[in-house]
Amino acid sequence: MPHIDLPSEYPGIRSLFMYSPETAKPLNDLVQTLLHDPETSTLTPGERELIATYTSSLNECKYCASTHGAIAKHHLNGNVRVVQDILQKNIHKAEVSDKLKALLHIAAKVQDSGKSVSPADISEAKEQGATDKEIHDTVLIAAAFSMFNRYVDGLATWAPDDAAVYDAIGEQRAREGYLTKPFIVKHPTD
Amino acid sequence: MPYIPLKENLPGITGLLDYRKDTALPIRELTQILLRGESTLTEGERELIATVVSHGNECAFCTAAHTAAADLLLDGASIAEKVKSGSESVRVSANMKAMLTIARAVQKNGKLVTPEMIDEAKGEGATDRELHDTVLIAALFSLYNRYVDGLASVTPADPAFYNRLALILKDKGYLPSENRYADL
Repeated sequence: MPHIDLPSEYPGIRSLFMYSPETAKPLNDLVQTLLHDPETSTLTPGERELIATYTSSLNECKYCASTHGAIAKHHLNGNVRVVQDILQKNIHKAEVSDKLKALLHIAAKVQDSGKSVSPADISEAKEQGATDKEIHDTVLIAAAFSMFNRYVDGLATWAPDDAAVYDAIGEQRAREGYLTKPFIVKHPTD
Repeated sequence: MPYIPLKENLPGITGLLDYRKDTALPIRELTQILLRGESTLTEGERELIATVVSHGNECAFCTAAHTAAADLLLDGASIAEKVKSGSESVRVSANMKAMLTIARAVQKNGKLVTPEMIDEAKGEGATDRELHDTVLIAALFSLYNRYVDGLASVTPADPAFYNRLALILKDKGYLPSENRYADL
């Protein structure tokens, strides 16, 4: 049960967005430009969603990891396998570029603590072709999801168990971005 | 030295918010709502939440900046220094102590907030809105601390720098403003 009184027909962060529209606005604006808008980064929306998925998985935030994993899948032509590898933290096995592997490695450091990122991590990413801006964006995505994960779990929002729910959310967000209305999800005990 | 090229006259978070302005704007807007918007928690109390989270993450820049801001807003009583060391002085309300406990849990992981912590806070009169805002402020500083340290931005050694920054945060808040850092 959530720690505060939230509308039960919306899971995870959506219940918090409904509870607090004023703070929802900048939070959605942030992910819209940081993850979704193709013009704002040389990393693809699919790559950026994988960084969000990985950070959320490391924080064991079920709602965020499942949702962003599903969004990534829909950006990546339905590639379930790469998403599964990221969710299971098998970066080495994942079918992604060496550059993205190096950036995911930085994201994991940021998830632990900003101080864990070493000059060697940055050199490795640059050697694999990452630009300054891509390194910046990776650090900010991992930092942002360190926030979103804590917001979602710190207030004990509910997370659906049904994979089909996440897939539907993933399809909607990959197509529409973050600024449109969510659909209602039936709470199992309602 | 920062891992990416940042303006030398803008240390810590200030250079990062200048580096990418389209992401900086919503981060600033969120901070303004949470730390300066209408609330039953005072601005000083909310700065204390930012301070304990930054301290827990050992982010020297954010800790110094928000310690200075909290002390300025709480009439320079050095409360922030005591709160960081865990010895909440009698000048912090019981409600606020319960909030700081929740903030420290969020700093580590959201899952560490227990129903007992929430009950304790509610017993001291905390509202749902105060609990929501406390968790989101603690989460937001989990972002800031990682952003600042993850890109190795510069941490000035001079304590006077943080007093100047705290004055800007007190007088101008967190939104972008003309010549914002002229006095930095």
